[in-house]
Amino acid sequence: MKPLAPKLAALTAALTAAALTMAALTMAALTMAALTAALAGCGSATTTSASTSGPATSAPAAAAGSSFPVTLTAANGTVTIKAKPVRIVSLAPTATEDLYAVGAGPQVVAVDQNSDYPTTAKRTSLSGLTPNLEAIAKYAPDLVISYQDANGLVSGLGRLGIPVLIEPAAATLADAYAQIDQIGQATGHYAQAQQTVTSMKTQIAAEVRQAGSSHPGLTYYWELTANPYYSVTSSTFIGQILALFGLKSIADAADKASDGGYPQLSPEYIVKAQPQIIFLADNQAADGGQTPAIVSRRPGWSAIPAVKDGEVIGLNDDIASRWGPRLPQLVEQIAQAVERASG
Amino acid sequence: MIRARGRRLPAARAYGVAAAFLVAATLVSALVGAADLNPVATMTALLDKIPFVHLPSSLDQLDRAVLFDIRLPRIILAALVGGLLSVAGAGYQGVFRNPLVDSGMLGASAGAGLGATLAIVYLGSNGTAAVPVAAFAGSLAGVAIAYLSGAVGGSGTTTLLLAGVAVALFLTAVQTYLMQRSTQDLQQIYYWLLGSLSGATWQQAAEILPYAAVSVAIVLLHGRHLDVLSVGDEEAHALGLHPGRIRLVVVAACALAAASAVAVSGLIGFVGIVVPHVVRRLAGPSYRLVLPLSLLTGAGFLVLADTLARTVVSPAELPIGVVTALVGSPVFVWILRSTAAVRT
Repeated sequence: MKPLAPKLAALTAALTAAALTMAALTMAALTMAALTAALAGCGSATTTSASTSGPATSAPAAAAGSSFPVTLTAANGTVTIKAKPVRIVSLAPTATEDLYAVGAGPQVVAVDQNSDYPTTAKRTSLSGLTPNLEAIAKYAPDLVISYQDANGLVSGLGRLGIPVLIEPAAATLADAYAQIDQIGQATGHYAQAQQTVTSMKTQIAAEVRQAGSSHPGLTYYWELTANPYYSVTSSTFIGQILALFGLKSIADAADKASDGGYPQLSPEYIVKAQPQIIFLADNQAADGGQTPAIVSRRPGWSAIPAVKDGEVIGLNDDIASRWGPRLPQLVEQIAQAVERASG
Repeated sequence: MIRARGRRLPAARAYGVAAAFLVAATLVSALVGAADLNPVATMTALLDKIPFVHLPSSLDQLDRAVLFDIRLPRIILAALVGGLLSVAGAGYQGVFRNPLVDSGMLGASAGAGLGATLAIVYLGSNGTAAVPVAAFAGSLAGVAIAYLSGAVGGSGTTTLLLAGVAVALFLTAVQTYLMQRSTQDLQQIYYWLLGSLSGATWQQAAEILPYAAVSVAIVLLHGRHLDVLSVGDEEAHALGLHPGRIRLVVVAACALAAASAVAVSGLIGFVGIVVPHVVRRLAGPSYRLVLPLSLLTGAGFLVLADTLARTVVSPAELPIGVVTALVGSPVFVWILRSTAAVRT
């Protein structure tokens, strides 16, 4: 009988299998890094403990005003800023929004590729996900703000004498406010930062008062991504905002410790959970373009009360994934949906 | 030649075993899921669909939506994809007289991956609808490029395989480069590459059915030719067959089968290698049996694998490629070991 295959061909096949596996592993590693970063952008449970202890303790009333040098405690520890910074680089979309909201916009020389708001911000090809130290140093910054210490950002720029503030995804509204306060202090705009925070608090309180803070039985499904469907539990940053209205996430029952508050849900589970409101944080084209119309066409989803009642809300994905000064707009959109669903 | 150890089933009984496996897998799959439907009510609701059978089921409208709009189309699509990948794998193994080849070789998977990546990166939100088409076209294009490159180098199967390997590595490199350049799409591409039947719809099943039927029919009709080819090109010539022509037809049909599967499921590895080998151990090496039995067994295998994918970490899901590789890799090693032992 003839052997099944020439030895060479068998060897080649085995080698290819090995090579393809290696390629897949490399891609997997790459992607896990990106995924971690993406989830961090939505508020990660691990990074937030640092920020809770950080800005909260670093805003003594005595430090008010624009006195320099100022020493702050950010997620990356104690940071001293010697003089009022005039060449700021922001590598985080939320930090960029914070900077402009507190009036530090004129001091900003460059923002990262994802900082698309305000539109007047000086957007560059800089990346906060994979920061390139040389590219950042080229702007000769006297303050750099990012949401994570990737690629040795803090130590690398530290060797050049450039102070770095790490302002990670907020775990609570208080965290978000504290970051705005801190960015105000770091840039010499503390009074304006306090005004910004006060105004945010007032607007949010008004929305909650209008829509009501108790809606027992009202549940929602918050969609971060479709296929696979990732959602948020009530304990996340977003979940806490919805909890202001007394809403519960259908993802709570599915939460495991390893999910960090962002469990994956199967379509069967979502349909069976019957949420009354669906919020789409993957609504815009750049984030998957899952519009309310598309959601209503998903097989089996027409049985969900939110779809039947037209309570599928396409959010402004950027506002919904940041923790900056535009939060009241998100709260307003939620409040309107809650009023309709409970009315 | 791998000598089938132990008992070899007679053809009729082998068909019976494979068909029973598929039916059992389908039933188990229909009864479990994240929605926790009542199994008895689910069973009666399913039987109620059989013509002339009328059974009242306690499933409410919501449960019916879960069963008939989400769970069933997914099971049917898993069966289709599993059958296609297995037949394509068996067909390639026959054409190349190589037990380690499957539909991922010859640039099919790499081409599909590149096609899908291009659609996701450059078409943005419109890309969601275009991904299956791009994957289908990319898969066929990958095989075509590999085949043409291989044909330049000569007519042997080894040349063709080597060309396939080169083309696959090249296409994968382009795809990895695109992923690097477009970090915001990484997640979407990554999940596509791992394969999933999560978004299965009746429409998808209907769309690939014609391609599936044509390609499977062509491959199945070539079972006898592949048996002759396994003896060698010269012997086949002596019997009045044209090995080159058979190779082209079967490769084209297998490419079509794999492309249809890939379009709706993403990349699912190991099915095309593992299933034909299990079948050979049960029913012997003749392609007249291996091909149709791979169709049935592969369908059942992927239905079971997808059932695991959607229940093990419920209500979250595993990418199905993870499940098939977790089962497939140990089997793959076992095949390597046992074939090496036979050859010495």
